[in-house]
Amino acid sequence: MTDFGFTLTKSSTINFDSLDNHLYKRLCTIEPDAQICMSCGSCSATCTAAPFSGMSVRKVILGLQRGQDVRPLLSNCMLCGKCTMVCPRAINTRHLLLTLYRIYD
Amino acid sequence: MKENIVIIGGGIAGMEAANQLLQLGYLPIIVEQTDHLGGHVAQWHKLFPDMSSSQEIVSNLKERIKDAHVHLETKVKGINSLGNRYNIMLNNGINIVTKAVLMSTGFSLFDASKKEEYGYGVYDHVITNGDLEAWFNGKTDKRIPPQPKAIGFVHCVGSRDLKAGNSQCSKVCCTTAIKQAIEIKERFPDTEVYCFYMDLRLFGKKYEDFYIQAQRDFGVHFIRGRVSEVGETLDGLVQVKAEDTLVGKPLKVTLDLLVLMSGMVCNSQVTPLAEMLRLEIDDDDFLKSKDNVYGIIESNRAGIFYAGACTGTKTIPETVSEARAAALCIHNYLKNNF
Repeated sequence: MTDFGFTLTKSSTINFDSLDNHLYKRLCTIEPDAQICMSCGSCSATCTAAPFSGMSVRKVILGLQRGQDVRPLLSNCMLCGKCTMVCPRAINTRHLLLTLYRIYD
Repeated sequence: MKENIVIIGGGIAGMEAANQLLQLGYLPIIVEQTDHLGGHVAQWHKLFPDMSSSQEIVSNLKERIKDAHVHLETKVKGINSLGNRYNIMLNNGINIVTKAVLMSTGFSLFDASKKEEYGYGVYDHVITNGDLEAWFNGKTDKRIPPQPKAIGFVHCVGSRDLKAGNSQCSKVCCTTAIKQAIEIKERFPDTEVYCFYMDLRLFGKKYEDFYIQAQRDFGVHFIRGRVSEVGETLDGLVQVKAEDTLVGKPLKVTLDLLVLMSGMVCNSQVTPLAEMLRLEIDDDDFLKSKDNVYGIIESNRAGIFYAGACTGTKTIPETVSEARAAALCIHNYLKNNF
């Protein structure tokens, strides 16, 4: 290919028309509470792994809804369960993550 | 003979005030410019948060105010002050002398075509919350496809929008969008429904539960980001662009129908009335209350009272409460001043 001295960057737009969120839908059948997350960020703020790794249950749920691969995020979780303690919508986030590991397996 | 009280505006505020004034022994005279009582509520389908029937509220109120005098399709032509009385001239030739006037002139829906970027009146499948309610009530609307695959709701259309001249939050649209999204999901369970919001302002009793219900039981998708522009695809569908501000990325989606949640603005017919009565208009264009904490239903003039959305955006329970309070204030005003 001719080198024009620049490269094209892939569009970062989230396109709902071609969105593949089957993993999210599968998660919702097992963990329906995934749907009631209101993205408040309590889970991320309290997360022991967050300051070092960017771990965030909010981002995991949101990423799944937007069809992103959230495995890199998931691998940071130490399953301490603090996020479950603080979730104001009483989502069992720890259980949700364990379910997600199973789905990815 | 019973004392006349003139009520300008026959929506639920005027009707409920009439209901209370009748019970206090007065003769309420409702002047309504349209051909029906019940105002906007008479046009709605179901009401949040319990999905109760709006028609039922209006028909119950109609039943209760049978003894009131109602002038439909009538406007106030002129008003004279006669000492501490008002002489109200109607355009049907009737003159009424009254010691107290209740302004229950309500609101108008924001004209969504002013937000040109959303394409209301331009694209084939863009409607407003008002249009959707009319369709729920059985009116045909060819903009609404028979089997929609995806529908979007745009919150804050003409609300919290300085450029549109309305800095105020219209208060009810967030919950209305959730209600309408649920009604859509009840009719079309397989339709994807997206709500585009800036904040979800669910302040009232059970509103938050309503939101959880929409998320968990109906799978409505909530996307934080104001729709920035709407276009039409070659096959006539609606393409929406927004920023997904939670993810921090631009987002686009093609929809079969876009519903604009038009906000509340002061009833456009109120200006000439306010001039005639020398009532103050607030800088949000609604009628100015004597005080925004303790004197919402009082005006700057003795004997003229306010109820409902003429002083700002209101929910139905707030409007009804104000109407009751206004009836009592009128009663006390007459007792103490005449």
